[in-house]
Amino acid sequence: MTITLIFLACIMVTVIGWLLRQTLNTQPWVSNEIDDAVSGKSLDTNSKAVGLATFLAVATSLFGLFISAYTLRMKMPDWNPLAEPDLLWINTGALVLASIAFQWTRGAAVKNNDNSVRIGLAISGALSVLFLGGQLLAWYQLQAVGDTMARNPANAFFYLLTAVHGLHMLGGLWVWARSAIKVWTGAPSEAVRVSVELCTVYWHFLLLVWAILFGMLLST
Amino acid sequence: MAYVSIADRDHEIEHHDPQTFITKYIWSQDHKVIAIQYGLTAIFVGLIALALSVMMRLQLGFPDSFSFITPESYYQFVTMHGMIMVIYLLTALFLGGFGNYLIPLMCGSRDMVFPYMNMLSYWVYLLSVIILLISFFVPGGATGAGWTLYPPQAIAPGTPGIELGIILMLASLAVFIVAFTMGGLNYVTTVLQARCRGMTLMRLPLSVWGIFMATILGLLAFPALLVSAIMMLLDKTILTSFFMPAMISAGEQLSHTGGSPVLFQHLFWFFGHPEVYIVALPAFGIVSDILSTHARKNIFGYRMMVWAILAIGGLSFIVWAHHMYVSGMNPYFGFFFATTTLIIAVPTALKVYNWVLTLWQGNIHLRVPMLFAIGFIFTFIHGGLTGIFLGNVVVDLPLSDTYFVVAHFHMVMGVSPVLVVFGAIYHWFPKMTGKMYNETLGKWHFWMTFFGTYSIYLPMHYLGFLGVPRRYFSMGTTDFMPESAHTLNTSITISAIFVAVTQLIFLYNMIVSLRSGKKSDPNPWGAATLEWQTPDNPPKHGNWGHHLPEVHRWAYDYSVPGYPDDFIPQNVPASAEAPAGRDHGIHH
Amino acid sequence: MPLAVALIVLVVGSLIFHFMSPWYFTDLASNWSQIDTTIDITFWVTGFVFVAVNLFMAYAIIKYRNKDGAKADYDPENAKLEWILTVVTTIGVAAMLAPGLFVWAKFVNVPDDAIEIEANGQQWHWSYRLPGDDGQFGNVNGKLITNDNPFGMDADDPLGQDDVLVTSPEVHIPINVPVKFNLRSKDVLHDFAVAQFRVKMDLVPGMETYLWLTPTKLGTYELLCEELCGIGHHTMRGAVVVDEQADFDAWVDSYPTYAETQAAAAGNAAVGAAQYAVCAACHGQNGEGQKALNAPKLAGQSAWYLKSQIKNYQNGLRGARDDDPLGKTMAPMARTLATDAAINNVIAHIQTLPDNPAPSTVTGVESNGAKMYAICAYCHGKEGQGIQAMNAPRLAGMTDWYLANQIKNFKAGIRGEHPTDYYGKQMGFMAKAMQDEQAVNDLVAYINSL
Repeated sequence: MTITLIFLACIMVTVIGWLLRQTLNTQPWVSNEIDDAVSGKSLDTNSKAVGLATFLAVATSLFGLFISAYTLRMKMPDWNPLAEPDLLWINTGALVLASIAFQWTRGAAVKNNDNSVRIGLAISGALSVLFLGGQLLAWYQLQAVGDTMARNPANAFFYLLTAVHGLHMLGGLWVWARSAIKVWTGAPSEAVRVSVELCTVYWHFLLLVWAILFGMLLST
Repeated sequence: MAYVSIADRDHEIEHHDPQTFITKYIWSQDHKVIAIQYGLTAIFVGLIALALSVMMRLQLGFPDSFSFITPESYYQFVTMHGMIMVIYLLTALFLGGFGNYLIPLMCGSRDMVFPYMNMLSYWVYLLSVIILLISFFVPGGATGAGWTLYPPQAIAPGTPGIELGIILMLASLAVFIVAFTMGGLNYVTTVLQARCRGMTLMRLPLSVWGIFMATILGLLAFPALLVSAIMMLLDKTILTSFFMPAMISAGEQLSHTGGSPVLFQHLFWFFGHPEVYIVALPAFGIVSDILSTHARKNIFGYRMMVWAILAIGGLSFIVWAHHMYVSGMNPYFGFFFATTTLIIAVPTALKVYNWVLTLWQGNIHLRVPMLFAIGFIFTFIHGGLTGIFLGNVVVDLPLSDTYFVVAHFHMVMGVSPVLVVFGAIYHWFPKMTGKMYNETLGKWHFWMTFFGTYSIYLPMHYLGFLGVPRRYFSMGTTDFMPESAHTLNTSITISAIFVAVTQLIFLYNMIVSLRSGKKSDPNPWGAATLEWQTPDNPPKHGNWGHHLPEVHRWAYDYSVPGYPDDFIPQNVPASAEAPAGRDHGIHH
Repeated sequence: MPLAVALIVLVVGSLIFHFMSPWYFTDLASNWSQIDTTIDITFWVTGFVFVAVNLFMAYAIIKYRNKDGAKADYDPENAKLEWILTVVTTIGVAAMLAPGLFVWAKFVNVPDDAIEIEANGQQWHWSYRLPGDDGQFGNVNGKLITNDNPFGMDADDPLGQDDVLVTSPEVHIPINVPVKFNLRSKDVLHDFAVAQFRVKMDLVPGMETYLWLTPTKLGTYELLCEELCGIGHHTMRGAVVVDEQADFDAWVDSYPTYAETQAAAAGNAAVGAAQYAVCAACHGQNGEGQKALNAPKLAGQSAWYLKSQIKNYQNGLRGARDDDPLGKTMAPMARTLATDAAINNVIAHIQTLPDNPAPSTVTGVESNGAKMYAICAYCHGKEGQGIQAMNAPRLAGMTDWYLANQIKNFKAGIRGEHPTDYYGKQMGFMAKAMQDEQAVNDLVAYINSL
């Protein structure tokens, strides 16, 4: 649980520290023209970005708790470490490239380069699907050698963590698909700029989570 | 911090003016309609849970007298009563109901930031309720594992509902968490990004602060329930061993290997304790506003109240294991968790002091919402103080798992928030419906509920002192239980039935007032907060007509010296005040 | 105004209730008086806050209730007052917490001279193991648990040979000696709780937990399971008897060591056949039972159950009450089997008798009975076959009129009320939940169909 607590402490410190820098220290009953002029927007950014940031905090809590459960369960005597398939390295490579491709697409979207956005979305999407396919293949390889889920808690955690991470990516791919269809059917890149920016953040987050999960799975 | 001009803001909110009956009242994206949908659904399941509690009490008060109450059905009643009340009633009602209704109105926004997702949130919540209710009717019935769903017994033979009931329960929880997350993202983003001009964070009413912090707690804590639900579902369906240890059931070895039941408890309470504050913080906020409005006096120590909400929210994540003092976890944890738990008593106590000090030198109008708010202070003091018994690790040893625990959490998490719910419904009923409720019936409802619940729970603490264990289908003959303790149980049951029946007065009052109540004044209480300043009553879609309000002061300008009225709405500019101007700073 | 009066009445009423309440902590029977002291401190501090804050609130409501022309004060905050309240509250909290932590430290650290007893929980029974003369427990392993090895003893571990196995929900402990209970569970969570001792702890499958205490008062104290463990949770009772040292030693000696249970000779059916002649007069030559003589069928009933019932008759747990005339006729018969060996021999003979289903004599609505039987099935098995691990005898195919009579006896308290008949008490709980004779007949009719 320590790991989750560290995650949460970070989130709480961010939230409370940020609130502190806001107007928390004023005496609100004293009339104040500066306050009267405040727009009522706490962050100088798109509300969707705030929504996404909040969602990523939720996802962080979720993965943090899975990792905590993993480290606690690992200490029990029936734990038998799993030999992860080497294929995971290739999948990781695909995810890194997908993340880079999104970053590149984002650059194109900011410059309103319609063609590059179309190509960028195609590449990043394809790499992501490749990653998911690779993960499924890894499952298949494990099943083939008899490493099923119920066989050992280490196996169960492997399937569970990869599945949750995969679902997390599917959620991102839904937003990706909406944007991709928009630009491929002729919409200008301006129409998907915000989505592409948010997807980029989302994919970097996916990569970060995967890097942590993969590191943990490999090292135990 | 850059200030963005107001014109930039309004268009960020998607507007969908409803066209038909369906889009207006059913498939609606209006936060007020969604709030009422959430509220009515929550109250509906709450009534079911109330009926379940009456059945439980019948068995406890008159053991072995009813053939339809078997040990199986008793444990199913207990489980579903608890789960429905905590999650599907209180969480949904405070956040989905009051959160949805109040946040945009109190912040001065037209709607939630993501109205479509807000609408989905309700329908997904409804789906979770339907799954939950289906579980009563599947073979084997609903789960009887207790609302804490502790493995192994939640999915091991010997417990009712291990066939399908527990699967549906866990599935329903997972769906609920999805619904809550969709709503929660909205509440947080709306409070952060869609307040009207001049509405700084420190000018927000405490209701919004309480709901905001509770939502953050929910967003971070519900994943723990999701994690444990998923892992238990896998233990149940494909026989993994996350939580399930090697065990023998009815003489047979089960196939699970050495999982950890204590791990589940850690995850569950990591959610479960913040859950207490998910329910309590909105209640704290709402009660602050009701007290201030009806005492015609600013809330005392506003800044301390905000800080206390933040402190309680933060601390609530490091106290969870006080539910596990006798769980067999490393006993040295007891030192840490007893200390953090008792520390949390300090900001909580300060909130109570500030409520009482708000009444001091006030001009107290004892209308129905105020009765409920003051009733809440009483029950909350009682429940909070008994919490100190249970938080202090050695005192918990004799009291844990007895009726003292049941009495404590019903006082603090049942009666107290429910009194706030009633107070809030009466307080905002004129705003939500444009009609006035019947004051006399409202008072009757208060008195009977307040005295009735206290006569249930005060004696129950003493059964706990005696050592009577909770979750017993019947006590039979127990050496240390005198006959009078059984009589006490009977009297508690009679009180419980009385309180349950009393709620019919409330339902009657609401229905009749809705149909034929007097038309209400737009601001019958003379409240300063924004939701009472809408151009229409009840507010229409978009809330504010053509122009968003602008805020010039905090939410508590009541009885300002030198000003003729005893309140100044938040959107009144400073120049409109009495000539004396705003020289009122700190008095002392 | 009525509200202020109500608050005052509730505060005063709560105080009166508290001081007059006949329902309060049981008399302490262990060394944990410090827990009671901590509770008293907590009561004084919280009681003061409860009274002070509520009375102040009531006073404020009276003094500042709405009057014509009244206006409230404008008072945003008062930093000094808030600081004072913070500090005072913190001191009050510390006064409750600090003693609590000291006592907890004592609870966590077991004294070196404590004797150890292992308490085992399972749905819905208690059993115990003592380390024997060597003072050390042998290895146990859940995977080894069978009907013949209910503790899962490791036969190869020399330390386990002298372990004393107590297959009864009743345990004895010597007075004024610190006792550490090692707690283990075979299946789900349970909790070891004795109200008079104050301390309790969960039993967790897959790990060992503990609690310790020094009993200070002789007597028998009811042991309750206080962690929900399934539908029989409320029936999971036992007893802790605090004895003088000599009585405790005698009690320990009355139970066999693991080695002794392994060495016990099996019954001799041929010898038992001669002794069975007495039984046959009523129970029939083939143990088929005779309704006219109120003698139930014995053939096909499991050996462990027959043995436990013969012992119950011998020890007065059954057949000792005036309102149980039929039981009273059995009791002297049971006493003719003077030794364990004799009992084993007779049972060995009964095991050889042909097991034909007894004829149905009770009629009722099977479908109603089926619903009720769902509860019975948890212990007696879905087929009514009986489950030894649950201490539940076979029901199906046995004499149905006898079964109906026994359910009625349990319901009426004729059977299962003897203070040491722990398993009978459990059945009593279940039988009492049945409403009337019709329900019993419906249930038995269903069992006939199994």
